[in-house]
Amino acid sequence: MASYSGGILGMLGFVKSPGAPVPHRKSTKDMETVDMPAPAVVTIPMSMHIGAPCTPKVKPGDQVFVGQLIGDSDAFVSAPIHSSVSGTVKKVDAMLSFGGTYTPCIVIESDGKQTPDPSICPPKVKSEEDLIKAIRDSGLVGLGGAGFPAHVKLNPAADVKKKIDTLIINGAECEPYLTADVREMLEDSWDIISGIQTVSKLLDVDETIIGIEDNKPEAITVIQELAEKNDGITIRVKELPARYPQGAEKVLIKQCTGREVPPGKLPADVGVIVMNVTSVGFLARYLKTGMPLTTKRVTVDGSAVAEPKNVRVCIGTPVKDVIAFCGGYKGEPSKLLYGGPMMGTPIYSDEQPILKNTNGILAFDRAEAQSLEPSACIRCGRCVNACPMNLMPTMFEKYTAAEKIDELKRLNIMTCMECGCCAYVCPANRRLVQSIRIGKTLVRNSGK
Amino acid sequence: MDNKFIVSSSPHLSGTVKTKTIMIDVIIGLIPALVASIIIFGPRALLVCAVSIAAAVIAEYICRKVMKRENTIGDFSAVVTGLLLAFNLPSGIPLWMAALGSVIAIVVVKQMFGGIGQNFVNPALAARIILMTSFPTQMTTWPSPVDGTASSTPLAMIASGNTADLPSYLDMFLGSRGGCLGETCILALLIGGVYLVIRKVISPIIPLTYIGVVFVFSAILGQDCVMQILSGGLFLGAIFMATDYTTSPLTNKGKFIYAVGCGILTVLIRTFGALPEGVSFSIIIMNILVPHIERLTEPKAFGVRKEASK
Repeated sequence: MASYSGGILGMLGFVKSPGAPVPHRKSTKDMETVDMPAPAVVTIPMSMHIGAPCTPKVKPGDQVFVGQLIGDSDAFVSAPIHSSVSGTVKKVDAMLSFGGTYTPCIVIESDGKQTPDPSICPPKVKSEEDLIKAIRDSGLVGLGGAGFPAHVKLNPAADVKKKIDTLIINGAECEPYLTADVREMLEDSWDIISGIQTVSKLLDVDETIIGIEDNKPEAITVIQELAEKNDGITIRVKELPARYPQGAEKVLIKQCTGREVPPGKLPADVGVIVMNVTSVGFLARYLKTGMPLTTKRVTVDGSAVAEPKNVRVCIGTPVKDVIAFCGGYKGEPSKLLYGGPMMGTPIYSDEQPILKNTNGILAFDRAEAQSLEPSACIRCGRCVNACPMNLMPTMFEKYTAAEKIDELKRLNIMTCMECGCCAYVCPANRRLVQSIRIGKTLVRNSGK
Repeated sequence: MDNKFIVSSSPHLSGTVKTKTIMIDVIIGLIPALVASIIIFGPRALLVCAVSIAAAVIAEYICRKVMKRENTIGDFSAVVTGLLLAFNLPSGIPLWMAALGSVIAIVVVKQMFGGIGQNFVNPALAARIILMTSFPTQMTTWPSPVDGTASSTPLAMIASGNTADLPSYLDMFLGSRGGCLGETCILALLIGGVYLVIRKVISPIIPLTYIGVVFVFSAILGQDCVMQILSGGLFLGAIFMATDYTTSPLTNKGKFIYAVGCGILTVLIRTFGALPEGVSFSIIIMNILVPHIERLTEPKAFGVRKEASK
């Protein structure tokens, strides 16, 4: 594959220039994070991660404290869940989640005091096992959005671990609007460095690289300075071009190390572990204080938000309360998103709660929310040119419509990460990502 | 629930380049050559273009109506087809023939195969070939840019061995020669081509490869290679016709192979064929091969190792 950015030749159209020229719209990047007071009621789903859902450990009427364990699972791939407020459990029931499935949720009425769980104390870490257990107890999942339990990622099988030589910290934050990660880098810079030290020692890596897009010069300067000051390990700051999707795991690995993760493989297969900046920052804070993951920094922005902000909110806070804290809606809101506009998930109701892996809430007005009517594909090839995974999105659309599963597999449809570059650049507004999702389902259901 | 929110698949943002803006860019790219044609061949060139465009747009409108499909004249692709067809006609052509050509391009070649994005050959070129075989006399009567009397194209002169009357390179570059109305002024076509490359509407791979192959191959055959690339409809074809999205490959490697094929066929037809010019036929033949070229040049997915993919 051609070099990622494509360079001058890519600009002139001689070679592929993967990615999409999305607008940055990071107007909240200079806004310091504001703490939002605990809401009256939080709804905490038992599934905010990839893996087995947790079983509720409390029942209606129970008194809970901030940081108290309220849900856990015996499954290996899972992460415990803690109360984000102090108060009384009102309800433990299955509720309709944003994804359209019923998930057990714990509804807690806050007493407004935010009393921490008295048993909370910094974890005692004497061995690797202690550390892995501490990471699990913290409830940490991939905070960049994936929500993969951190203790699973950081506890690879011994033979895999031997091969891991590079730790990459993802500070790219390539999605438009979102600035939660850049605020983490600016406000909690030392936590990031200290978290990196912990993780890089645990994994015994040779090199640690932090990838940051060059549209965040302040963050690059701050992290660079601290990386030089820290005398434990070598941390290299890699300046990435501000071109979406630099923060996509496979793209980031390629940019930082030149390695390509083969289809169906994990970063560990090429000797790399990737973590988000906010994840490592949180880990450092947890090891210092013992307070599990109960709050989240969220960028609230979009054309239908009166006062865009970066807010630190209790996990489980209803979206509408967060919007109200940001001055309420401006105009008529028509679309609400978890996350950025390229890969974010729309939610059907503003009663939905903030999750562990929510890094942004975007509210769009009618004009911005309307999806454009598709017209016929003109075979311009822009989607092929833009695909960072070097695939042919327009062919996926055609083969999906014709249900040609063998062709979909031959063209590696499962390698698609749904970054949305193809649909963004499509002049005919083809719903390429939607088609590809259907195509992937066809392939999965075919059992081949 | 107070608010009803739209739920749709990501991405929730869309770029600004749309089919319509692309077509408008192509029209802008054709304007220098249009102006040049009016200067060279007089106001009749403009009249042919106007008739051709009007016929194309009306044909598209009626066709979509009859087929009970949503109307697509708003995407300006019919305007592009009409204008490109006119550029491939002699300025003295009877106007009804120009109109008929447009109707054939839109109805037979484009709409009958499903409309924009579905035609398997370039509509303007296919219509030109149909006109050429139906009305050979009118299609090859070239008004001289100097006095309007019938003249011969440089390629016809070369084919008949009459190289003494050939225009100078400069005249060829500026377009003062016999030929189709939009093809003669290389300078204007180049300006349009550079505009389209800068606007990222076309990739420079096809025009550069096509023209380059004609240059090198005709040089190998011992011909006047500069004259070869400046003659006929090569620049018009290479910049505006061979780059048609629908009928050219999606991949860069495919575009290269396709353009090489166009170049070789053009020289072969010019040198060994019965016709003096071969751009139209070369592009049409390569159009037909596009699905095969595409299949052979599918990109390797990210992370697929070379040995593993074989």
